[in-house]
Amino acid sequence: MTSKSNTPAQTPLLEVRNLQTGFKIDKQYYNAVEGVSFTVDRKQIVGIVGESGCGKSVMSLSIMHLLPKGIGKVRDGEILFEGTDIVGYNEKKMNNIRGKDISMIFQEPMTSLNPVFTIGYQIAEVLLNHQDISKNEARAKAVTLLKNVGIPRADQIVDEYPHQLSGGMRQRVMIAMAIACQPKLLIADEPTTALDVTVQAQILDLLKNIQEVNDMSIMLITHDLGVVAEICDVVLVMYAGKIVERATVEDLFENPQHPYTQLLMEAIPKMEEEKERLATIEGLVPSVKDMPAVGCRFANRCPKAMPECMQITPLLEDTKGGHEVACLLYEESWPKEERVGAR
Amino acid sequence: MTTKELTEKGKPKKERENLLEVKNLKTYYPIHGGFFKRVVGNVKAVDDISFSIKKGETMGLVGESGCGKSTTGRTILRLIKPTGGQILFDGEDITKISGSKLRKARQDFQMVFQDPYASLNPMQMVGDIISEPIKNFERRDKKELEQYVKSLLLRVGLPETAYYKYAHEFSGGQRQRIGIARALALNPKLIIADEPVSALDVSVQSQVLNLLKDLQKEFDLTYLFIAHDLSVVKHMSDTIGVMYLGNLVEVASNKDLYSEPLHPYTQALISAIPEPDPKLRKERIVLQGDVPSPANPPTGCPFHTRCPMAQEICSQEKPPLKEVRPGHHVACVLY
Repeated sequence: MTSKSNTPAQTPLLEVRNLQTGFKIDKQYYNAVEGVSFTVDRKQIVGIVGESGCGKSVMSLSIMHLLPKGIGKVRDGEILFEGTDIVGYNEKKMNNIRGKDISMIFQEPMTSLNPVFTIGYQIAEVLLNHQDISKNEARAKAVTLLKNVGIPRADQIVDEYPHQLSGGMRQRVMIAMAIACQPKLLIADEPTTALDVTVQAQILDLLKNIQEVNDMSIMLITHDLGVVAEICDVVLVMYAGKIVERATVEDLFENPQHPYTQLLMEAIPKMEEEKERLATIEGLVPSVKDMPAVGCRFANRCPKAMPECMQITPLLEDTKGGHEVACLLYEESWPKEERVGAR
Repeated sequence: MTTKELTEKGKPKKERENLLEVKNLKTYYPIHGGFFKRVVGNVKAVDDISFSIKKGETMGLVGESGCGKSTTGRTILRLIKPTGGQILFDGEDITKISGSKLRKARQDFQMVFQDPYASLNPMQMVGDIISEPIKNFERRDKKELEQYVKSLLLRVGLPETAYYKYAHEFSGGQRQRIGIARALALNPKLIIADEPVSALDVSVQSQVLNLLKDLQKEFDLTYLFIAHDLSVVKHMSDTIGVMYLGNLVEVASNKDLYSEPLHPYTQALISAIPEPDPKLRKERIVLQGDVPSPANPPTGCPFHTRCPMAQEICSQEKPPLKEVRPGHHVACVLY
């Protein structure tokens, strides 16, 4: 399926097809990500939302080949980066991509920086790995990068250690490191979850600016629908390892279609409205070990569930104008032969 | 809401008396240094704050990390000794009492902690965790106690069988319910909830928030609700206090604070919240820089270093918290 003949402008930057990532528990693999397909276009900010344990982080680790060795494995599917499948890449080939074409920032800016090296050293390391420049040039570039992400006194901070900085500043350093080689895709895994709201606003503004200046794409993983509404173009809603809804950000918030998305939105207290009670979703996400093999995975918690929901695995189909949803309620948009009547 | 609830909630509340009154409370943490580990300075975690909570109401405390909101909660529970000021609980100053008297007073105020993973003993059965506070204060028949604990479990939405299980067998939301049952065990008057939902997913968060609201009505509880999430605090509270660097900068009723925030910090804080609606992508007031260190706070108004409306006087004088409109207090020279 790899179509190298296409010009890079036509192929999407990242295309994930039927990705299945499993974890080994007691000598058996259980899928944490089950047949996920999506694309990230150039200059697009794609948001991935879902509750903890829905597989959003596992998906990003699969793309970066950072799954724990011997435990987590991509079991099926393709990850096409600019049209080339990178699933089978070895460590050496991945090292050429990581940091240069795709980079990643993590939730915890405290633990993802090395405490024993200076900030300048850690940024320069990325540059020296991927570019043919001298140490002095790398250092000078590090200072410029720090300035670009809005760090004051960049020429002094470059010689300081991570513990001397606040959480927001550390996240800025992480971003400086991630964009050092002007990657085409930035995967941001809960980049603002550990930060205060005022600092979160600063970081979101910064990410958006960099994205525009560098023509970069961002895959933003978060559980906060507010953050998604703020900066994303397209949103994927995940539940229990599957995509349940995909739409543009305007469509999703205006007209959420999947019962899970609807409940998720009603469950957050909103600033502009008074509500005595919030919507809740009863029950828990089933554990990977006893995920139902057929049927909708949300059926046991869904207020709109029908008996058929337990037997028919819903397809992720377009309901109208690019708004895709995986739910039996929208069956009329499925291909004819897949509908219940045809079975 | 039925009419009966309305009259219960609406009118008589205004005449309700204060359950908790905090006057000029100060909590400083000493910084030790030098050869003899002498005290070389203080971190002014809570610096002269005053507020009161009426019986049956909820007071929300918001602010960024390090602003002293948790220290305030812990000081009120006397888990930390205050440096100065008074805490009047039901009219009695609890900063002065100690020993068995304090122990007895503590029955009336309980706490729900942030981290449901760290605040439950992994070696104890859930039943023992919940009955422990009761065993500390009264002798009860074993069977009767077990029945009571089971009824508490049912009340917070857990099955009776949870009594015989251990904390690790529960999800985050269920553990938070256990923490709430433990806080309820002694029939307290005041519950201090320190970020009770920040570790939970939104769907579970809404369950716990609903539960806290139901329990408040049922047992006529008074809450001090500490959180950094403004929309959660708004949902829960009657009055809200905004803290910055150990100071209360604004105290107002829920409605006033959000419809008309007066302090520039509150305005920035509210505007920084990302709204879950892409059509509301607004021009935010983005504050520059970080919160200054409380060990070395700026002179004058603590917020003047980041305030977009700072004037010269702000760096010299610390504005007191004063009532500028009925029930709306703010500490800023602009008013």
